Amino acid sequence: MSKLSVNNLSCQRGYNLLFKNLSFELNSGEVLRITGQNGSGKTSLLKIIAGLNSPELGSILFDQSKSNSERYQLETLFLGHYAALSLELSCIENLEYLTNLSTENIAPNFHNALYKVGLKNYEHELARNLSAGQKRKIALSLLFITHSKVWLLDEPFTALDSNGIKIIESQIEKHCEKGGLCILTTHQDCNIKNLREISL
Amino acid sequence: MNIFLLTLIRDLKMAFRNPSSFLNPLMFFVISISLFPIAISPDAETLMNIAPGIIWVITMLSVLLSLNSLFHYDYDNGVLEQIVISHHSLPLVLLGKTTAHWILSGLPIILLSPLLGVALFLDSKSIYILMLTLCLATPCLSLVGSIGASLVVSIKNSGMLLSLLILPLYIPILIFATSAVSQSQFNLPVNGQLYFLGSILIFSLISAPFISAVALRISME
Repeated sequence: MSKLSVNNLSCQRGYNLLFKNLSFELNSGEVLRITGQNGSGKTSLLKIIAGLNSPELGSILFDQSKSNSERYQLETLFLGHYAALSLELSCIENLEYLTNLSTENIAPNFHNALYKVGLKNYEHELARNLSAGQKRKIALSLLFITHSKVWLLDEPFTALDSNGIKIIESQIEKHCEKGGLCILTTHQDCNIKNLREISL
Repeated sequence: MNIFLLTLIRDLKMAFRNPSSFLNPLMFFVISISLFPIAISPDAETLMNIAPGIIWVITMLSVLLSLNSLFHYDYDNGVLEQIVISHHSLPLVLLGKTTAHWILSGLPIILLSPLLGVALFLDSKSIYILMLTLCLATPCLSLVGSIGASLVVSIKNSGMLLSLLILPLYIPILIFATSAVSQSQFNLPVNGQLYFLGSILIFSLISAPFISAVALRISME
């Protein structure tokens, strides 16, 4: 049973205090959706939880490991606004590098992951020749490879077609059934079991 | 495979698929050096005297030209975020990127330098010393440059700022390298300068990846 706890987090950007004394706990199997207007600090919160930014105050623990420890970084997967793709590399080369950065998976099945998100036969296509939605799908195919327990997804459904959204939603549900946990932000409706919401 | 090698291979692969990114600074290097004999004088003695300075200053400028793109591209597409939050050692990944930068900017300059040395009437011994100083010092240019590049990565059009930050750090390298080549023209010993360049190389190899990792974390905030 894993637990992510966020304690008394405060975040300031420029002169704006985005949120203060934010605390919540998330257990295995739960999905948390962060809602809020544009500029309310959803992405900042995800970046802080991912360990990319440091909060003004407060701390984050995952099973007693702090957010700057190697174990924490292995257990979290952050997919940000950008698709994290290099346009000069093919789908499979991009995916290989991202996998190597984020997990310690010994023998990942890249072809299967790309097949699952609907990019079959695009393995060796350069990322520059793909549409925005397809680029997004390459990054999202990491969800079919990673062993990380905590998924931090920033607007994962942007540019995806309705079928793509369903695939990702069902993968998030599967992940939670296996004991993982997920935090996501989205402005779209999503149909995921065990969904909790907090508003910023 | 090791993350250092993976990063190195990835960056080289990307560069070779978009060759203008690393060919432009090299073209600048060759063209600007070959303009000097036309502009100043084709006289062998004049050119011989100014050759070490010309080659070294242009080397420095062409490395500076290519430094700007060291991290910018990965910053814009979000790969740098993934690198920073990765469980791998950040200095090691950055060392991989810096090595790729040296292979694409420093190594071709070392290989082209004998040709341009001959064009500027350097004798064979001076060309040998010139190549030696380039071998020792171009990795320093990439390593020290990576610190500046990671500091300004979040600033758009930061070329000028980067030059202002980095050029003062390049000056010692420039002084030792050019004095080694010009002393060798008069058959004077150059060991001292080479030792200094070697120690600068070792020092920057040990410290630069760590400093640029810290700088990168600060600029990603």
